[in-house]
This record gives sequence, C-alpha cells and structure tokens, in this order.
Amino acid sequence: MARPGTAHAARQPTAYERPNGVHPPLASPAYRSSTLRAPTEPLVLLPHRLTELTGPVLGAERVMPGDNDLTRQDGGEAVGQRIIVRGRVLDSDGRAVPNTLIEIWQANAGGRYRHAVDRWPSPLDPNFTGVGRAMTDQKGHYSFTTIKPGAYPWKNHDNAWRPAHIHFSLFGRAFTQRLVTQMYFPDDPLFAHDPIFNSVPEAARARLVSRFDIETTRPEWALCFVFDLVLRGATGVPFEQADDET
Amino acid sequence: MRKLPLTPSQTIGPFLHMGLVWSDGPDVVPDGTPSAVWLRGTVFDGAGEPVGDGLVETWQADPDGGFGHHQRFRSFGRSATDDAGEWAVRTLKPGAVESADGTTQAPHVNLSVFARGLLDRVVTRIYFADEVDANTVDPVLSAVPEHRRGTLVAPAIGDGYRLDIHLQGEAETVFFDV
Repeated sequence: MARPGTAHAARQPTAYERPNGVHPPLASPAYRSSTLRAPTEPLVLLPHRLTELTGPVLGAERVMPGDNDLTRQDGGEAVGQRIIVRGRVLDSDGRAVPNTLIEIWQANAGGRYRHAVDRWPSPLDPNFTGVGRAMTDQKGHYSFTTIKPGAYPWKNHDNAWRPAHIHFSLFGRAFTQRLVTQMYFPDDPLFAHDPIFNSVPEAARARLVSRFDIETTRPEWALCFVFDLVLRGATGVPFEQADDET
Repeated sequence: MRKLPLTPSQTIGPFLHMGLVWSDGPDVVPDGTPSAVWLRGTVFDGAGEPVGDGLVETWQADPDGGFGHHQRFRSFGRSATDDAGEWAVRTLKPGAVESADGTTQAPHVNLSVFARGLLDRVVTRIYFADEVDANTVDPVLSAVPEHRRGTLVAPAIGDGYRLDIHLQGEAETVFFDV
C-alpha cells in the first residue's frame, strides 16, 4: 500500500494549537446529561504525530446535488421562515479550509426533529427532513438554504427550552481539527436559560451566534445569517513539507 | 501573527442519527475484503448503563503504517451505538506508524467518542493485545499510568478485536488531551 500521501501533506503543520479555554468543560453539572458521562480522570496529553496530523479526505462523493437546500428535499416546500445560512471555514491562522465536508441537522420551524426519540406535541413537516450536507469551496465558503428552526422543550430542568440552533459537524484536514458544534441565532431570549449554550466559557459564547446579514438577504426570498467557523491552526511556525518527500 | 479565536464545541445531542449516520459508515473496508477484522465495543456511562445515543469514529493507518489514499481502504470509520451501546467498524489492522519525530508507534486506532451529555468529543485509542513487543515500547502507552494502560488494549475475540469504553467509573477509559 502507498506510504503517506504527499500532495495533501504539503503545508501540513507539525502540531496544532491546543484549544485552551475555548470548549465547554466536560463536567458541566447544569447540563444534567453530563453528570454520568463526563470522564473524571485527568486527560493524558497526546503529542501530535502522524495519526493526529492526518484526517479523512471525504467529500464530493458524499454530497448529492440539492443536499444544501433543506427547503425542498422531499418534493414539496418546507413550511417556515426561509433562510440562507452561509459562512467560511478557516483555521486560526486565517487560512481557508477548502473542500471539507459540512454536515448539518436541525429541528423544523415548530421545533420538532424528524427523529423517533423526539415525541413532543409539535407537528412534523412532511416536506422537511432537517438534514443537509455541503462541501466548502476553494476559499472555504459554504452555503445552505433552510428553514429557521424553532425552540423546543427538553427535560433538563423545569420548563427547559433549547434556543433555536442548527447542529454542525466539520472535519477540517486533520484528526485534531474535528469539530461538532451548534449555531445559534442573534438575540435569542432563551440564551440566559440554556445550560448547553452557557457551558461555553463566557468569552467564547458569542462565536456560536450567527450574524444577521441584510446585505446578502435575498429580496422577497430568504433572510441571511452568516456563521464563520474557525478550526485549530498550527502551533508555532507552519512546517512547509516538500511536495516529494521520498 | 494574531490567531483567530476558535469556534467552541457543543454536544452532538440525542438526534445525531439524522445528520451523521451513513449506511457505509462502519465500512473502512468493503464487505468481503481479505483479512478484514471487526473492531467492536460497548460504550458505558458512569452508572454502568450502555450509552445508546453515542457515535464512535475511528481513524487509523493502513497495514503498512501509511495514511495515503486508497480506493478500498478509507482509514475512517463511523458507527452510532445501538440501544445496547454497541458500535462496530470493519477494517484492516493498522501497521506500526513511524513519525517525523523519529518515534515508532505500535499499531493503533484513534477514536473520537461523541454523545448526548458530552459537550466535546472525547478521544481515546485502541491498541492490540497481540502486539506485546510493540506496545511495550510505544511512546503514548508508556505515558499512561501503568495500571490504566489495559483500558486501551483490545484482545482478539471472534471476528476481530473488542474494547469497551467506560466514560466514567472504576474502569474509566484513558482519554487523551489532543
């Protein structure tokens, strides 16, 4: 079998920065489900070697035409506020992350997921699956057309409601850059009451909130929200690998 | 240069299957591949209950220790846990991995574990119990307290290798700060 690929290994960092203070603490007691699932032993530092510096190159074959338009996936048109969600995927050095797979899933306009576990009395929309996929382009841009999701109740505490959000999953270029997160909408009155949103260190919370953008809102069609995502970049000076290392 | 601030993680939540289950997720190699093995296990919470809404992703070298592109070997596997907390991927056993820093690592598979209740993924590894000599000198295993190393080493059982993942409790799996 082939040795490590060379073309995609060019410009590969020798290590990625550590996300100190960015991610929520795994043990966040206000989020009750974390209580029995967050590890309690200290994490063991894993230096970045080949397994951490490489990552799956998935893509085009996993995305079908129309996968980035969630408003018309099942034949008819989905009900709700039509929106465009767009943005860029960058690393923390400001470099675009091109050709990377983004997977999203979300509730419908009434806050109901098309999932067997979601049983609360809000109707399903036969024309809305709530699932999308897209690849970033050469400059790291992506775009989805979807429906603004509704808030929904959950059982974390008395009268608990999740603020409207869209789940995002990204690979980047390396195992180290893998990220699953949630995008929120500006000025949601539920932010103050949501232990998942508030599990993020305060200084970093605003990065999960998309920005309304009147400039790219499509007249008489769809409101636009911009959500940029920043994955871990190189620690120190990026290492320029020769294109042919053999 | 000033760094851009990173995007924080959030939990995958209970509805992950909508967005992340692929029919070919567990197929690192296709059915019928000679010398394919199954990597399997159960994910448990701190009460010893199976985690039925988790997702395990695997990332590994090929049998020669490389990460190149192959038509019939994806290096990457993805399996949601079932109601019994079980996940499984069909793959080839990786080779030892040589790195630019001069180290040679024993054959291993990197695992990301996602679940409702986990606000960020947790990362662990699978090593192979039949690689005693390589495991003894592996730099990552050697950095793990000796009494916990066993949580990373999978015995050969049936059609492959099996390693349970304990998010908490007496047998808590070793997780890495990656």
